[in-house]
Amino acid sequence: MKELDNDRRVWIFNQMARIREFEERVKGTFEEHPGVIRGHTHLADGAEASIVGSLATLEPTDQLMTTYRCHGYPIVLGTDAGAMMAEIYGKKTGLCGGYGGSMHLTDVERGFLGTSGIVAQGIPQATGAAYAAQIRKQDQVVLCFFGDGASKQGAFSESLNLASLWKLPIVYVMENNNYNVVTRSDQEDANAAAGEPLAVKAKAFSMPGVTVDGGDPEAVYATVGEAVDRARGGDGPTLVESKVYRLSAHGNIIVPPGIPLHFPEHEAIEVFGNAAEYEAAKKGDPVPRYRAKLVQDGVLSAEQADEIMQSAKDEMQAAVDFGIESELPAPEDATKFVYA
Amino acid sequence: MAEIPYIAAIEMAIHGEMERDDSVLYFGQNIATTENDKFLQAFGPDRVRVTPISETAEIGMAVGAALAGYRPVVELYMAEFMLVAMDQVVNEAPRFRYMTGGQVKVPLVLKAGYGFTAGWAGQHTGSLAALFMGWPGLKCVIPSTAADAKGLMATAIRDDNPVVFLHHYMLTLEHGDVPDGEHLVPFGKAEIRRAGKDVTIVATGWMVNRSLAAAEKLKAEGIDAEVIDPRSIAPLDLDTILKSVAKTRHVVLVDQAPRHASVSAVIAGDIVEHGFSSLKKPIVQVTGADTTIPYSEPLEAFVIPNEERIVAAVRKLLK
Repeated sequence: MKELDNDRRVWIFNQMARIREFEERVKGTFEEHPGVIRGHTHLADGAEASIVGSLATLEPTDQLMTTYRCHGYPIVLGTDAGAMMAEIYGKKTGLCGGYGGSMHLTDVERGFLGTSGIVAQGIPQATGAAYAAQIRKQDQVVLCFFGDGASKQGAFSESLNLASLWKLPIVYVMENNNYNVVTRSDQEDANAAAGEPLAVKAKAFSMPGVTVDGGDPEAVYATVGEAVDRARGGDGPTLVESKVYRLSAHGNIIVPPGIPLHFPEHEAIEVFGNAAEYEAAKKGDPVPRYRAKLVQDGVLSAEQADEIMQSAKDEMQAAVDFGIESELPAPEDATKFVYA
Repeated sequence: MAEIPYIAAIEMAIHGEMERDDSVLYFGQNIATTENDKFLQAFGPDRVRVTPISETAEIGMAVGAALAGYRPVVELYMAEFMLVAMDQVVNEAPRFRYMTGGQVKVPLVLKAGYGFTAGWAGQHTGSLAALFMGWPGLKCVIPSTAADAKGLMATAIRDDNPVVFLHHYMLTLEHGDVPDGEHLVPFGKAEIRRAGKDVTIVATGWMVNRSLAAAEKLKAEGIDAEVIDPRSIAPLDLDTILKSVAKTRHVVLVDQAPRHASVSAVIAGDIVEHGFSSLKKPIVQVTGADTTIPYSEPLEAFVIPNEERIVAAVRKLLK
């Protein structure tokens, strides 16, 4: 694992700012351009440090697969934010031509092999990509991202067992945001209910399980980086539990057409009436937290940090403009891409 | 040309394709458990692996390996075992290409036996083929002869899409002439197993044999039946069926599955929509009974279409 130099630390902050701003503009689209975003959209705000810290460990030929909460990863990989926004707006210029939408932002050229909209089903797929990497013998590693809820699915257990048995070059990054849609982890997870970290699940598969503060990108980088080194060295998989706090609700409201979509309050407030929990999480918001750290360490001046934020705002404004101005696909194109 | 069993023809195709293309992988339950395994000996442990009994992981990993550039063949043994992993089969593998706007392809083969009506009772005997129709992006083939078993498997492995390859357990040891070397059977091209002019019988898998036997019996009565084996049900060669219907103007559809879960129900709908004017009389379907397959032999025999029921259906239709 490479030492994080100051340039890399600034890069990390920049990517976090870009993810945050992208998600703010997705959320804002519901008010600014009602009706443009359809269906169900899930945001990564709050998980920026975890996403960027994880992806900062990768080499260009490495690969990843994720869940439907997928906006953050391609931004870090260098995917064009305009094409991503256009995809979420269902436009012809979208990353997937409007065929996938918010839940399926895929960029194969950059190693992002895809997502599943079904909880945990991407885990065996990423494991299969790791099997491919193992036998291709080009020192590739696969990162597999999923939520805490997925760890109660058979797909999780089956995959971790096989990956450990075959010593596959994969790192399982569980973004534990403590909520399964609107259900708290201690209501559905035996480890959580017993007061144990979810990383203990790794024990059942004879692989290392570690818990990390997902709000600290450098801690995530160190932890995931060690796991990536281990995977690349042929020693097999690791389960990393990255504790994050999702700053938005699970997704926008689920209603039939005709009722404008919007994001409700976070479940802590909306469902459990626990505003204190949410306010505490806001105080620990990883984006201002890392900014403050870099300024305090003398890596960035406040002005430079402001410039990074402004640049992210400008970029994402351009992404929104591109998405709004882009054309919708031709209806008859719906029959393309069914078969290869 | 060699006379070999149906199951050996399938293995021959997998072996041949693995020789031809290094990206073909073969993994699944209870294969290659010793170093004497012929696939393991020929292709090594990178490409041939035994898996735990974890269908979701096996099929999901096949999807991931396919996305990453390989061509996995998954040994699933029994079609029912796919039921525990259906999301991967129908809601993941066939959708990736489409949802990514054509960025990826998912070439994989899910090899599974079905219809083991030899006392395997309720949960290992289903004829599940129709379950794999109607998932755009997914293909499904059902060989009824040893030659087709080889040719359809080879084509399935070369296809750039996910393919469910269903082999009928009752045909496992049926011998047939199988071409040596490369033998490819195209998808979407039905085979006329027996040409005839009076009635069109469409059947898949084991039911093809029973339909051919029925046709021979009917011949003695002066009835000339045409027997069509679609071979691939997704895509389905409706043209060959409709041409036959235009000629015979009578249709009997034979399927081992229960009526509303049968391939024949889908074919019947297509014939009515596209060939109604050819029909002199309503289509007759001879399907499995609407029961779970029972264990005891007389009970089991009662619920599965046989030669006599096919003959009786044709007689009644042409009366």
